[in-house]
Parts: sequence; structure tokens; C-alpha cells
Amino acid sequence: MPEKVLVAMSGGVDSSVAALLLKEQGYDVVGAHMKLWDYVDVGGDIYKDGRCCTIDSITDCRMVCDAIGAPFYVLNMSARFSEKVIENFVNEYKSGRTPNPCVICNSDIKWVEFLRKAEEIGCDYIATGHYATIEKMLDGRYGIRKGVDGTRDQAYVLWGISQRALSKTLMPLGKRRKADVREIARRYNLRTAEKTESREICFVADDDYRRFLREYEEKRGRSFEPGDIVHTDGTVLGRHHGTAFYTVGQRKGMGIAHPTPLYVQKIDTEKNVVIVGDNDTLFRNELKAESVNWVAMAPAEKLFEAEVKIRYLHQPAPATVTPLTDGTVHIIFRDKQRAITPGQSVVFFDGDLLLGGGVIA
Amino acid sequence: MESVYLDYNATTPIDPEVVQAMLPYLTEGFGNASSVHQYGRDAKVALENSREQIASIINCEPSELYFTSGGTESDNIAVIGTAYQLRKKKKHLIVGAAEHHAVLHPAEHLHKKEGFGLDLLPVDAEGFASPRQLAELLRDDSALVSVMHANNETGTIEDIKTLADIAHQNGVLFHTDAVQSTGKINVDVKDLGVDLLSLTGHKIYGPKGVGALVVRQGVKIAPLFFGGSHERKRRPGTENVAGVVGLAKTLEIAEKRREADFTKLSELADYFIDSVSRRIPDVYFNGSRQRRIPQTVNLSFEGIEGESIVLSLDMKNIAVSSGSACTSGVTEPSHVLMAMGKPAVVSQGAVRFSMGRSTTKEKLDYVLAELPPIIERLRDMSPVYDR
Repeated sequence: MPEKVLVAMSGGVDSSVAALLLKEQGYDVVGAHMKLWDYVDVGGDIYKDGRCCTIDSITDCRMVCDAIGAPFYVLNMSARFSEKVIENFVNEYKSGRTPNPCVICNSDIKWVEFLRKAEEIGCDYIATGHYATIEKMLDGRYGIRKGVDGTRDQAYVLWGISQRALSKTLMPLGKRRKADVREIARRYNLRTAEKTESREICFVADDDYRRFLREYEEKRGRSFEPGDIVHTDGTVLGRHHGTAFYTVGQRKGMGIAHPTPLYVQKIDTEKNVVIVGDNDTLFRNELKAESVNWVAMAPAEKLFEAEVKIRYLHQPAPATVTPLTDGTVHIIFRDKQRAITPGQSVVFFDGDLLLGGGVIA
Repeated sequence: MESVYLDYNATTPIDPEVVQAMLPYLTEGFGNASSVHQYGRDAKVALENSREQIASIINCEPSELYFTSGGTESDNIAVIGTAYQLRKKKKHLIVGAAEHHAVLHPAEHLHKKEGFGLDLLPVDAEGFASPRQLAELLRDDSALVSVMHANNETGTIEDIKTLADIAHQNGVLFHTDAVQSTGKINVDVKDLGVDLLSLTGHKIYGPKGVGALVVRQGVKIAPLFFGGSHERKRRPGTENVAGVVGLAKTLEIAEKRREADFTKLSELADYFIDSVSRRIPDVYFNGSRQRRIPQTVNLSFEGIEGESIVLSLDMKNIAVSSGSACTSGVTEPSHVLMAMGKPAVVSQGAVRFSMGRSTTKEKLDYVLAELPPIIERLRDMSPVYDR
């Protein structure tokens, strides 16, 4: 009997082609869309195209599955998504950090709940349309490699997946380029072939996270406390509308007239102040990471060298990673890095191989 | 692989006899029932004959019967039309907590957007609304009470006559959604004593896209559509003549078969419930064994999600449902079972098996063979099931 795989389908071209390729490789393919949120709850522009979790996207998945001859289901995971991802997103901002909701969604929803559902209905694997590959290492561990299409490094958001989950995952697009994937979709006449992609946070449909935070808190009868914007030299420069609306490295939106450009340096939720200063002082050479997960590499016992990436659009920089006894790691970069931001993921690579990652403390 | 359809409460195939009755009105008898010429007259006659035929089956006056596109539209016109008609004096609604969304959502809309007061009439563990509680909720400014005749998820049959009586004693109009009961049990509008009643064809081997709303003589409702004098201006739009002819034929056949089907389906359902209970531990029956549409069998399997059971059965070509499915196919936790006070784990583990004319003991035996290993596998994986 062919092995059975549950393909996570967003309604975009990548997951459509992933399903198609697996079908061609002889797998027994089942498509599923994770319904994670509703416009009624998250607000934003319901008429914006190309978003997952909309009726139109679900219809696209359904039609693609029919075209490739696979059954299709919608799995309602909105309660868990709301609890694990959205709540975390809001709480992180409220604690002065800048979250990566996609990382949490991958670690806690896709590679836990979706995988569980797949196993419940008798599937051997789950599959996604990520541009990355999963590789069994010599020591038996599972590693993740960046996809060959250098323009889309999706490995960064995959660092939190457990070894067991990786052993049950297929990523058929890792060795392909986006342009080729579109070409395949066109050749097979998949209706998602020309769909544009969204790289922003899915449940913040208008990409305005401040609007989202404001509405989320208002609905729950909570508000944000205004406070001072303080320069690193101690002078008070102005007022902020709530520290949650600021992120380290941010330049725009301060509402302060100042002879030199100002950048957010630090968010101090205890004193309820946003600290701003020059670009120069944003550069630091060390950080501490918590909630560490080891991927291609067994949990490190001594320091090692790696290329370390501190945000999605960051060029990995050489550093030494030192594991500490409490499970956290201390990272020292060879060169100073700009705007090391608490709450963002930090991921360690050896070339294109993802070794592990954590959250910047 | 064998395939078994057990989702007749969702919809049914059209009876070939109904198709035959409809065909002439889809082809040569295509006229617009409002036209003055012979084509129009023929269509109009077919429409009015069907109206009389249906009225006589459900015991109402032909002039009380308004054709619609189906149950959802009938429910919306009943709830919103009544509310708009009475809004100057009466701005309070009472609807059953276990109603179909076609009643609940318009009522919630009126509550949230148009300032109507709304109370949900609770149901007990078997899904029955209490007349005493209805009496307590009724107010001087209550416009409408809406309680469904038979529940789509559990089949529970409400005592509509008693509930309508209480509403009337307080001068309040009463609507019942009879979508799941019409053609399956005796639906007698006069005997039920309701002011408004919704019905549809596709749950009883009729075509989709046609239904009716009964509006008792003298009851005024505001129209929601404008654009013609069709259906006494209460529901303008070119009449769906073929659909209405099909609906009449559907009800005629259903009425003829009703008692025999009821007996046969009761036996099959009892056989199924008892067999499942014997073969699988920790199964709960949701609803009333005694007073329900017999073909509706709602079971909860402790420790597992209904969704996983439905998907696993689909892979064995067995079609059932959990909760109620909306257009996107998303399974929501059942508001019906929640209203019946079932704990969330029971509501989530619920699966509805609904039987119909082509259900046989052999087909149920196939399901009875496939179901236990699926439940066992899911329970082995379940983090919450531990026996």
C-alpha cells in the first residue's frame, strides 16, 4: 500500500504544487487546510485577496485537490491557534518584545496539532510547501537544510520543530525554485498558479499590527498606557501611546522633531518608557537565547562556531555559541549586529544546515 | 470498496418520480407564471395546483403558503419579517438555544445590529425546551418565539403545540422550523397551532433550492425582498415552477411512505445504536431515544474528536457528519450539544449518523465492522482517553 501523506494546504501555489508532486511520486495524498482564524475575530480588510483562512482560499485548495485526485478537508484549529499563537503574539508585544508568530505556529500548531490529526486519520507523513529540505543525519538526527532557491529562506521559521515531528515530514519543494514551481502549476493548469504570495503575518490581514493590538485589547476591555519616550542621555523627548507599539530598531512613527534620526533602542515595560537614541548605539555583539531547540545537532555541551541569524531578513553572521547549564545559550558575534531584538528567533546554521535555534531573551 | 451514505439529514438524492414530475416544467412548460399568455397560464396553473396539494398535505390554506428558496430563506423571512413588522411596539425575541443557524443568526443580527432584545430558550439534556421556562422569558414586548420542530443534529421532537399555546396566551407569535420534520413525521399546521412554519424539499428526496414558509391568515410580516407582486408581495421573484412542482410531488410521496418509513428507520436505528453500544465502550447517545426523528442517531465517543472519526470514516467511503458543516467545510463545536449541557469533550466527540430510504441492515453492518477499529485506533492515540 502506498504511504499516506496529509498535505498542509494554504490555498497558495507552493502547497498546491507540493501536493501535486507527492501525488506524482506515488503517495496517497490527502489535502487539508488549517482554519486558524476568522476575520470576525482578527479584523482588517476582508476583501484583500490571497490570504489563507478565507473561503476563497479554501475553495482554491478544494479545486486543486480535486484536480490532482486527492480528498480534501478543512481542519478547524482556530481555538488552539487563538490560544497558542495570537495570545502569545499580543503578550509578547505587551512585554516589550517582538514576536515571531510563524515560529510558534510551526512549533505548536503545524508540527503538533496538524501532525496529530494526520496520525489520527492514518497518515504516515505530513507535508508542506516550504522551500527547505529535511535530511536524516549520520547520527540518526533529522536536520533541515535551506531550500536551493536563495531568495526564500524558509528554514528560519522552522527551528522549533521536534525531532519526532521532522521524522514524519516531507518538504517536496526544497530542491526547487519558485519560478519552476509556478511553471509546474501552470503546466498542470492549477488555479493557484498565478496567485501572489503573502509573507506577512497571516492573521494581521492589513499588515497593521498596531491596529490589531489596539482592537484585540479594546475587545477585552483593556487599553495601553501612554508613557515617556526617553533619549539614552536621559532627556524626555515626548510621549508614546503604549510600549507595545514600538519595536527595537524602529525609526519611523516616533512623532518627535529631533535634529538627528532617532531609533528605538530598548523597551522598558517596567518603567513604561521607550528608550531612543542614535543608530550607532543599536549595534551589539552578544545575546542570550532561551527556549532552545536543537535540530541537526544534538544538544551542544561545549561552545561551537556557527552562522547566526537574528531576524527573517538578516544575513547570518559568524558567532560562537556557548551552551549554558540552564539550557539557554550565550552567543557572541564576531562583528556587532544591528538591533538585536528580544522576542525574535535566533537560528544557528552551518552553511545551509539548520543546527538549532531559540528566542532572543 | 463499498460506500455508505449516512448523512440524509444534510441532504438526500431526488426521487426519480420527482424528477419526472419536474421535467416538463424545465423544458416545454417553461413559462413565467406571471405572463398573460398561454405559457404563463400553464405555469401559473401548475404553481397553484402544487400550492393546493402541499397545503392539503400539511393542513393549511393554500393562501397561507409562500414559496421560497428553502429552509434558510423561510427562517430568515419568518424571524426578520416578523421583527420588522412589529418593531415599533415589540422589540424582543425568544429563540431556542438549539435552533439551526438559519434562525439563530438572524435573531443575533437583530439583537446586535438593530437593538432587539434576545433571549435563548434553554433546552434540557435531551434537547427539549421547557414550557415553564418559555413562560418566564415571555415579555409584554416579545414579538416572536421560534423553536424548531425537530432538531437537525439530534432529531429531538419538540412539543410545539404546548409551546405555541403558551406564546399565544401572552399574545406572542410563534414560528417553527419544520425543515427536519416535514415528510418524516406528521406535520399538521393547524394542529401544531403555529403562526409561521418553515419547510424545505431537499431533506426528503426533493430538489434543492425550493422550500416554503407558512404564514397563518391574518399574521403580518414585512417583506425582505422587493420587486414584484409574486407570492402576495411577500417574496417577489419569478416563481421556481419546476421546483415547486417537485416540492409538491416530494411531499406527496413522503406522505404516502411516511408511516412505513418511520417504522423501518426506527428499527434500523435501534439496531445500529444497540450494536454500536455493544461493540464499543464509552459511547453516549445524544438526544431522546423516545421522542425523535428516528433516522437521526447522534453518538459521542469519549476521548476523541468527532472530526477525526468523520474523516477516518470518509476514507472508508462512509459519509457521516459531526457538528453542522458550513460552506467552508469547517467543523465547529456543536452549539446544539453545548446547549444540552454536554461537556465540551462530549460535544467534540459527537458524530451524526442519519439514515434514509436506501439504508439497509447490510450497509449498517459494513459501518459496524469499520467503526470499532477506527475508534480503538483514535483512542490509542488520544491524550485524554484512558481505560
